[in-house]
Amino acid sequence: MTDAVPTTLSLRRMFGRKLAGFDPAVLTSFGCIVVLLMASSLYSSNFLSPAYLLQQLKVASFLGIIATGMMLVILLGQIDLSVPWTVAAGAMMSCALAAQGTTGQVLAIPFGIFCGALIGLFNGFGVGYLRIPSMIVTLATNAVTQGLMVVYTGGFSPQDSASKSMHWLATGFLVPGVPNAVLVWGLVAAGAVFTLNRTVFGRAIYAIGNRERAAYLSGIDTRRVVMMAFAISGALAAFGGVLLAGYASKAAQSMGDAYLLPAIAAVVLGGTSILGGRGTYLGTVAGVILITLLQSILSVLQIPEFGRQIIYGVVILAMLLLYGRGAKQRQ
Amino acid sequence: MTDWRYWLARQRGTILAAAIFLVMFILYTSRHPAGFSANVVQTAANKGVLLAFVAMAQALVVITAGIDLSVGMIFVLTNCLASWIVYGTPLQTFAGVIGVLATGLVCGAINGLIVIYGRLQPIVATIASGAVFYGLALALRPQPGGQVNDGLAEALTGRVFGVVPVSLLVLLAVVLVVWVPFSRSVTGRAAYAVGSSETAAYMTGLPIQRAKMAAYTLAGLLSAIGGLFVTFFTATGDAAYASGNIYTLYSIAAVVLGGVSLYGGSGSAVGAVFGALAFRTIGDLLFVFDFDPLWQPLFQGLVLLLAVCLSSIGLLRVRNRLEWFG
Repeated sequence: MTDAVPTTLSLRRMFGRKLAGFDPAVLTSFGCIVVLLMASSLYSSNFLSPAYLLQQLKVASFLGIIATGMMLVILLGQIDLSVPWTVAAGAMMSCALAAQGTTGQVLAIPFGIFCGALIGLFNGFGVGYLRIPSMIVTLATNAVTQGLMVVYTGGFSPQDSASKSMHWLATGFLVPGVPNAVLVWGLVAAGAVFTLNRTVFGRAIYAIGNRERAAYLSGIDTRRVVMMAFAISGALAAFGGVLLAGYASKAAQSMGDAYLLPAIAAVVLGGTSILGGRGTYLGTVAGVILITLLQSILSVLQIPEFGRQIIYGVVILAMLLLYGRGAKQRQ
Repeated sequence: MTDWRYWLARQRGTILAAAIFLVMFILYTSRHPAGFSANVVQTAANKGVLLAFVAMAQALVVITAGIDLSVGMIFVLTNCLASWIVYGTPLQTFAGVIGVLATGLVCGAINGLIVIYGRLQPIVATIASGAVFYGLALALRPQPGGQVNDGLAEALTGRVFGVVPVSLLVLLAVVLVVWVPFSRSVTGRAAYAVGSSETAAYMTGLPIQRAKMAAYTLAGLLSAIGGLFVTFFTATGDAAYASGNIYTLYSIAAVVLGGVSLYGGSGSAVGAVFGALAFRTIGDLLFVFDFDPLWQPLFQGLVLLLAVCLSSIGLLRVRNRLEWFG
């Protein structure tokens, strides 16, 4: 294992450095953020106020945490469609435990994340060891998780409310002026950047995304890496759900539905190839902020829901057509 | 091997799906208080064909090794459109039906254009186009409502000779008019070839682009037929996001149950139809066995998961571990 990895590592690192400065996708995303802000400031100068921007960053941090997990999976060349109900399960399970006295209050957050990790572990087992296409196995676990949650809640939104620590983590201020949610996203982001660039596990993810066969032959236990990546994705999705529950004070039936498409879109708009093996975390940050801003501005401008959906879809398509195109079929 | 054995090997998935459906349906009718009556069959058929149309649509695209996550949204969009225009005099109604089907074709063609000429990955491209289709549906029907030509609706959801549900006959007709000619044409064979190996299909000089375009466009058309039928059953148009998502999800489940390989290149739309009917029957089984309806989503999910895991049984035959990675 150690023989083959260093050469690929140093090569990739060299290319990684070069690309990081000039990656057109990341530059386009950041450019779009600036253009969006400029254009909307013509409508109202409130769009450039620090309060508004900070509020957007806070809203973006929930999506950012969920998109981090999604990015790991997309880098593998896979996809995680179980996000909606993993988010909901994380939220519901942590709220359920929070209702069980003091011990429950303390363990609520870890327990929610643990449930997400379990769902992810199952996804990863299906993809890595059973070799089932990720789209299918994650759809199936999404359906099963939904079924479990429906049985658990009786089909209604659960009455348990979030614990104080969840509420504090999502809405409090540890550092004056910076919402805790943003801090949490910052920590997750730092962890992701470190893992992706500086650990064997992270480099293995890129290697598998490029060509799993080659990664396997160079001694990486690809099946275990795939399983772990899915487990992390599930854990982060559930963590996002825990924070959302803290933000809204309770869990809801379909709270995760609004996060699947934006998470995928954010990762892909940030220049991560949907085929895997290529992409930077900075791009994902740009994608997350871009999507959040777009959603916020569309709703502030009081564009009706149907218009928002259409603009949303068209913008994603347009940006993908700009730089997300595949290679031309030649041989 | 003789010819029929080749045929049998190729149709194994379809036959298995048909067998699963038959077993489930016999179980269902044997437990149903009304037994195997024309009414029971009619209700089951009317529910089943909706998913069957959408599943056929999904199968066409999956055969080319693509995926269409917008089929449910095309279904919802055409439902909303039909609740506006399939109404009035026979001529108006006829024009309305044509308009709905044409809309489906256009939606499918847009997906095809984006995937083929835009060279985007089908997953992301159809998610995004699905958002646009859903937006259009919402523009047409911000609130559920509308109406449909009663005579036509009654005729198409009723029975002929008092026994055979018309919806099943329409499904059969669509299979005969759309699927059979497609699968036997050069374009259809090219669709299978593209799904097996796009590189090989390219090298052989097959019409790759025409095959993919036909698959996506016909998928739009078939989803629109589903949307038209749901309008006949419910007599309203409803831009429900959840319903679009569920039809997309279930169409994939039906395709998997129907023996269509998600890697492309094998299976048939007929298999997907049986997969859809079987999946619907599984959902209904719980009711006749007096389970709490709350358990239905979990039960359907577990069946789907089981079907998916069973498909990996081929792993046991792998001798060279590199084959794991396709």
